[in-house]
Amino acid sequence: MTSTAPALRFNRLAIEDPRALIFGRAPHPLTTRDGLVIGGGTVYPEINFTLPSMGVNAATLPQVCDQYRQIIKGVLRRAAELEAPGVVVEFETLPPMTEHPAWGLEIVRILLDGMVAERDKSGLRSVLRLTPNDNREFERPPLMRRGRYWEAMLELFDSGAAAGAELLSIESVGGKELHDEALVNGDLAGSLFALCILGVRDMRFLWTHLHDIAEKHGVNCAGDTACGFGNTAMVLAEQRMIPRVFAAVVRAVTAVRSLVAYECGAVGPGKDCGYENPILKAITGFPMAMEGKTAACAHLSPMGNLAAACCDTWSNESVQNIKLLGGMAPTCFMEQLVYDCRLMNRAASEGPPAAETLQRWLVESDASLDPQAYIISPAASIELARAIVGADSHYHAGVAAARRAIDLLSSASAAGALRIADNEAGWLEQMADTLDELPQDEDTFIEEQLALADPEKFLPAEYEL
Amino acid sequence: MSDHHPLTEAIIRGRRKDVPTLVSQCLEAGESAQSIVEHRLVPGMAVVGERFKKNEIFVPEMLIAARAMKEALKILEPDLVAAGVKPEFTAVIGTVEGDLHDIGKNLVAMMWKGANMEVIDLGVNVSPAKFAAAVQEHRPNLVGLSALLTTTMPAMRDTVQAIRDAGVPVKIVIGGAPVTHTFAEEIGADGYAPDAASAVDCALALLKQGASS
Repeated sequence: MTSTAPALRFNRLAIEDPRALIFGRAPHPLTTRDGLVIGGGTVYPEINFTLPSMGVNAATLPQVCDQYRQIIKGVLRRAAELEAPGVVVEFETLPPMTEHPAWGLEIVRILLDGMVAERDKSGLRSVLRLTPNDNREFERPPLMRRGRYWEAMLELFDSGAAAGAELLSIESVGGKELHDEALVNGDLAGSLFALCILGVRDMRFLWTHLHDIAEKHGVNCAGDTACGFGNTAMVLAEQRMIPRVFAAVVRAVTAVRSLVAYECGAVGPGKDCGYENPILKAITGFPMAMEGKTAACAHLSPMGNLAAACCDTWSNESVQNIKLLGGMAPTCFMEQLVYDCRLMNRAASEGPPAAETLQRWLVESDASLDPQAYIISPAASIELARAIVGADSHYHAGVAAARRAIDLLSSASAAGALRIADNEAGWLEQMADTLDELPQDEDTFIEEQLALADPEKFLPAEYEL
Repeated sequence: MSDHHPLTEAIIRGRRKDVPTLVSQCLEAGESAQSIVEHRLVPGMAVVGERFKKNEIFVPEMLIAARAMKEALKILEPDLVAAGVKPEFTAVIGTVEGDLHDIGKNLVAMMWKGANMEVIDLGVNVSPAKFAAAVQEHRPNLVGLSALLTTTMPAMRDTVQAIRDAGVPVKIVIGGAPVTHTFAEEIGADGYAPDAASAVDCALALLKQGASS
């Protein structure tokens, strides 16, 4: 057996001071065609939405399109009324829209038309992020590099970019077929294998293709997210299924996987649900989308304020197009995002001391209450980023991130700066023992994990193994 | 000092390696395989389930216990088969068509197995016809349907209808982020489990009521 162990591209930090890992400012901002400068000093709202309960098929497509027309008109009108400095619109497709790229493209065009109409009406600037749903796991075991799901996904990326979707993103799922099992078993070694061996290889393959598409159409690869890994862990931890300290350590490791998008040419803003983004911003200096309290419509989290500490766009993750008392839900959430951004931008306008004060409040209001919040605080993120860039491979980076995360959580708990539940304390020691037992050699690690993996669940050849 | 039988204690603590010896001791003492399951193994998993419900332990610890129980069942299986003993209840479970989220479904399947049910897992993206065929083939007492997307809720409705049309008396439980108790009633399901932890209680409560068609 031979493995391909790509080297880490980033070997130093773009941000070394936690105070500089702050909302609205990134060392390498991104300027869009419409003139938004993401990471250039202004936090922009990033709106995302989904359909109410309804099927998506050829027969319902006209109604589906009507839903999106109504959504984009409503959210952008409200953003203009509230004088938002600009808006990032994310279109995260539903599975049938990726499976049938023509359907997805039709909605891309509807959204772009809506954005142009509002720009013409009010001058509101906007940019579209296209995030095709990663359908590859519809095949079990998943086919990651071939087959109709792969082909259809690339077709949507290509046609969407050609139509004007300027930011390309995805919640890629390479390795998830083993990671779910690792999560429910509390298996840190299995998580490292899924994220830093399988995930890294899949990301490199996928993002190389996406980079080619972006170059062809003059658009930007924005970034990926370990949503199916880190956020699955977070939701399981919220439901008391797995320990929060385990989810926090997994979160640290997810940064190694998501980093690969930037190694392949992504320039941000990183995808909103990547709670590992603060670590990635510290490493790459690229702007990042984040989500927190205003994404409770999609899922709960223990870091609703803290997540905003270094965001460059601020997102609601997803909300159904249903009627609330204030209006349609996406419009209501646009309003909330605009006000969140106003507060951050107001603080920034008063200069670094004011912005740093707000940043500190955002961090300190959450960090001590949950290890998952603590581990992505600016100070911890920079420590984790340093551990990652100091490693010579993604495997070693994953191990180093996990070890540093355990140290950070243990130290904070011992110092009374972090509350860890009694029934979780033993898990820190247990995870440290697991790391101590891992082989130094990557090929040996892969052989050990391949021997443990369920051969019915994944195809090693899809990961160059 | 625990009041539990040593085999029960081994299940609770997930000491899989101790299980074969302890099972052999029970058999040598004249206990039947069925009695071992009912009085040693299931009570152990019940304790584990109770601790989980009280947030004293997590799923990984519960899975360790489940693997210890599986080790015991592997030894007892020939005797159970010979005696014609089967789990009291059989369940079919799957994620509905168009949806590929399965971690919640997998957790429910694991918990139902821990409650000594035979569980047939159909996987993800399961069509209404496949659910109906499985119900006719396995004649389960219970069917579990999972969905995470708002756009696959209609598939859940179609699946319930297909199962009812199959004419097999069976209880149907639904779960997943977008669904509710009200939605369960609307589509003709018998129950709704808001999370995996409550899925066992929900299932057992329904099964005690008896199957409906």
